[in-house]
Amino acid sequence: MRIFGRIILAAAITTLAILPRPASAVDLTMYYPVAVGGAVTKIIDDLVDRFQKENPDIKVTAVYAGNYTDTMTKAMTAMKGGQPPQLSVLLSTDVFTLIDENAIVPIEDLVADKAWLKEFYPAFMANGQINGKTWSIPFQRSTIVLYWNKDAFKEAGLDPEKAPASWDEMTEIAKKLVKKDPSGNVTRWGVEIPTTGYAYWMLQALAIENGQKLMNDAGNEVYLTAPKTVAALNYWVDLSRKHGVMPTGTIDWATLRTDFLEGKTAMMWHTTGNLTAVKDGAKFNFGVAMLPSKERRGSPTGGGNLYIFKGASPEQQKAAVKFVLWMTAPERAAEWSIKTGYVAVTPAAYKTSAMESYAKSFPAATVARDQLVHAVAELSVHENGRIYKFVNDAVQGAVTGAQKPDEALAAAQQQADRVLRAYK
Amino acid sequence: MPDQVGKFLAAPMPRSHTWLNSVNAWLLLLPAALLLVAFTHYPVIATIYHSFFIANRSGNAVFVGLDNYRAMLEDSIFWKVLFNNFWFAIGTVPTSIALALLMAVWVNRNIRGRALLRLAYFTPTVLPMIAVANIWLFFYTPDYGLLDQLRGIFGLPGWNWLGDPRTVMGCLIVMVIWKEAGFFMIFYLAALQQLSPDLEEAAAVEGAGRWYTFRRITFPLLMPTTLFVAINAVINSFKLVDHLVIMTKGGPSNASSLLLYYIYEVAFTFQDSAYAATLTVVLLIILSTLALMKFGYLDRRVHYQ
Repeated sequence: MRIFGRIILAAAITTLAILPRPASAVDLTMYYPVAVGGAVTKIIDDLVDRFQKENPDIKVTAVYAGNYTDTMTKAMTAMKGGQPPQLSVLLSTDVFTLIDENAIVPIEDLVADKAWLKEFYPAFMANGQINGKTWSIPFQRSTIVLYWNKDAFKEAGLDPEKAPASWDEMTEIAKKLVKKDPSGNVTRWGVEIPTTGYAYWMLQALAIENGQKLMNDAGNEVYLTAPKTVAALNYWVDLSRKHGVMPTGTIDWATLRTDFLEGKTAMMWHTTGNLTAVKDGAKFNFGVAMLPSKERRGSPTGGGNLYIFKGASPEQQKAAVKFVLWMTAPERAAEWSIKTGYVAVTPAAYKTSAMESYAKSFPAATVARDQLVHAVAELSVHENGRIYKFVNDAVQGAVTGAQKPDEALAAAQQQADRVLRAYK
Repeated sequence: MPDQVGKFLAAPMPRSHTWLNSVNAWLLLLPAALLLVAFTHYPVIATIYHSFFIANRSGNAVFVGLDNYRAMLEDSIFWKVLFNNFWFAIGTVPTSIALALLMAVWVNRNIRGRALLRLAYFTPTVLPMIAVANIWLFFYTPDYGLLDQLRGIFGLPGWNWLGDPRTVMGCLIVMVIWKEAGFFMIFYLAALQQLSPDLEEAAAVEGAGRWYTFRRITFPLLMPTTLFVAINAVINSFKLVDHLVIMTKGGPSNASSLLLYYIYEVAFTFQDSAYAATLTVVLLIILSTLALMKFGYLDRRVHYQ
């Protein structure tokens, strides 16, 4: 019961923090998650401070709320408690749940200049556009990229400038990168793909590369037992169990970056949102590449969009739009991308002088953006939280050897079908 | 006592006085009763009530009878977490009680640095669970965690402690024992100090060995404490979930998930309050059965001084 108590307490504190303010300024509360390394809360606080200086009539309280799941939980709980935030950064894929909960308003209804919505990369708008309406604005968006340790490549006698381009190539290269001590214990793995937190995302990347969609547009069907999905999970499991180039058991999302920086793995699949943290922490040369292909290149898009809540008053919604416009303006999008590694959400951001000079000095900064042409909308269906759990459980069951990949996915498909039945 | 007072004040105790007395008693009970009703009894009844409904997203509740319970029986995750909870209790309760008793007997003797030793044993209890979980997370980190560094000295390979369904539960059990044993030790220590030293002296005079004395005299006299501690330990094994949030989120693949953590996921991550209520009813039944066992059955069998 302690967790329940803590949530109530947190809600109470938030409530207290919002209430006693002069009525003249518009108050906005924004929940946001952090899923990558680096001092992201500081960057957000700094952006919010500058926005408030330029807009003295708007007061924004930015609340760090944990990872994506925690933030969604907090926003939903606050809403059911009658105190929803006015805006939030949440997974772009939470859109069905938020619509089903009647929590958010379409952005079109709030902006006069609809041309603004066309400025963003279409790949990032895909998840947020349902039934001809735009429900969210891209903010911290990403694709999955392959990070590789050039020094380790050189040491293994590989071309340090060439990342693997296909699955088979990745397996072969990874085999050469595995390093063992005299007693036969692995001191460096070939490649690591994280299996906690966002395992569904990584599975989707593999499925896309294998030429398989994971869901339909209506968001009420998933394709987990499709042969190509099963083959994707098989490949993933084989990396550890057959080829011995990846550790067995689950690989933690949060500590994988440290594994890479400590040289425990020569390659990793991770969000581009971690790029700046890796750049700041790496004591070796590293490269960033698009994910390797099986039938095709590809990665799901990922990350968080800005949502405006229905519970906000018209003035608050107006202020929120102003804030969203400011946060996603080309200069800020470029700055945000440089400071974190997330993909800047508009092409215009890449034409700013700050971004151009940064990309020139650090070409890895645009890899995730270039991958957008191969990108597919992230897995997003009704009851998303539940479906993610089923898929994550299946992936974990398979990589830990508790279940065979096809059995694990069949179980997840069955559970998902039962839940999604209500939305057909 | 009131009877005696009544006798002393002689027979002409007016009727209104007894009446006033009972009003007085009820008034004294009122604050506690109000709190209990508002925060314990009402939620229990509301939970049971809600478990018979399905609330759809728009907030309308539909009566579905036992459908939620039927769905629960078919829910493989429910069975998994219930089973996990069972093993978690089996793993933590007896060991932490035995350890607590051992530590209490040890620090009850007259040895140098006794206060320091007691403090050391009690320290894990003082730490918040979140802090403990973070410390142990470092111990269990594969390759560069404390445990794997120790294994490395002996040339053993790294082990993915929390990432392997075969070891994750054991790891959490060890941590919880470490955290809980010190707390139970305090109860045993208090009980040991209540025991009359005469008994031990008498046993020594009769030529009983130390083990025999402990087995036939000390341990039986500690029975009420053991019972109290055992019940609390079992209840704790259903209430402790904080560490899961930090360490495993119930993974891999629910291998470390416990009933209360699953309830949290269903209630807040999935926003399915009806099913969460159904699961909570199960938890309620388990905990009240334990409480009934203590008050109704075990209390009568335990030898009190």
